[in-house]
Amino acid sequence: MKIAVIGGKDYILGFKALGVSVFPVETGEEAAQALTSIKNGNYAAIFICEDFAEALKDILEEIREKPLPAVAFIPDPRGSRGLALERLRQNTRRAIGTDI
Amino acid sequence: MHLSVNPNRMELLRLRKRLFLARRGHKLLKDKQEELMKRFLSLSEESKKLREGVEEKLRAAYNNFLSARGVMPGEMLEEALLCPGREATVITEVVPVMNLRLPHFELVEEGDIFCYGLVGTSGNLDIALSLFSEALPSMMRLAEVEQWIELMAEEIERTRRRVNALEYILIPNLEETIRSIGMKLSERERGNLTRLMKVKEMVSGR
Repeated sequence: MKIAVIGGKDYILGFKALGVSVFPVETGEEAAQALTSIKNGNYAAIFICEDFAEALKDILEEIREKPLPAVAFIPDPRGSRGLALERLRQNTRRAIGTDI
Repeated sequence: MHLSVNPNRMELLRLRKRLFLARRGHKLLKDKQEELMKRFLSLSEESKKLREGVEEKLRAAYNNFLSARGVMPGEMLEEALLCPGREATVITEVVPVMNLRLPHFELVEEGDIFCYGLVGTSGNLDIALSLFSEALPSMMRLAEVEQWIELMAEEIERTRRRVNALEYILIPNLEETIRSIGMKLSERERGNLTRLMKVKEMVSGR
C-alpha cells in the first residue's frame, strides 16, 4: 500500500522525493476533492497538513470509522495548532467518560 | 425493576443460572475494560512523545525546504523532484489485540532519495530531504498509533456501556426478582403449613 500527503504545494513537495504520493492543493475545496478521490484507494496512511484540516472535517469523520486508511495531521510550516492533541483529548474523554 | 416472570421454582432456578452467568460476564468485561484502558493510556503517552518528535523534525525540514525554494527557481525545484528515485510502500498487517483488529504498518523504502544533479540545486534541499526521510518512519508509527487510539477508544466506550448495563441494570433486576420469588414461595409454604395445621386440628377435634 502507499502513503499520501495532502498539503500546500509550497512545502510538501519535499515528500515527493521519498516516494510518497503528494497531493499539492491550494484551497480547502481542492483538498476535499483530493481526499475524496483517494479515500478508497490503496493508501495505508494519509497525512494532512493542519491548514486544510478544517475544510476536511466531514470527510474525515467518515474515514475514521474504518480501520484503514489511517489519517494523521502533520503541522504546516507555521507550526502546530494542536489539532492532533485535541483529537487525542476527545478520544480520551470517550474512553474514560470524563475529561482529564 | 422486577422482571415479569411467574413466581415458581422453575423460574427461580433459571434466574439463578442467569445471575451466575451475568456476574461472570460482568467480571470478564470489567477485566477487558481495565486491560484496554491500560493499553490506551500507554498508547496515548507514546503518541504524545511521537508527535513532539515528528513536529520537531518536520519543522526543521520545512525550514530547509523553504530556504531551498527561496534560492532555487520554481521550475528547477519541481524538476529536481519530478522523478523520485525512492519508492515507499507500506506492508499492512492486521494485529488482533483484545478482540480488536488493529492495522500495523511496515514501511519499506527502496532507492535513493537524492536523484537530481548537484548543479543548480541548493544544499538546503539535500538537508530538507534527509530530514523528511528521517521523519517518515516516525510519522508512519504516529499514524498507526493514532489510529489504534481511535479504534480503542471506541471499543472502551462500548465495553463500558456493557459493563454498566450489567452492573446497574441486569444484575440488580435479577437479584430483586430472585428475592421476590423466594419470598413468594416461602409465603406460599407458610400458608400451606398453617392450612395443614388447621385441617389437622379440625380433623382431630371431631
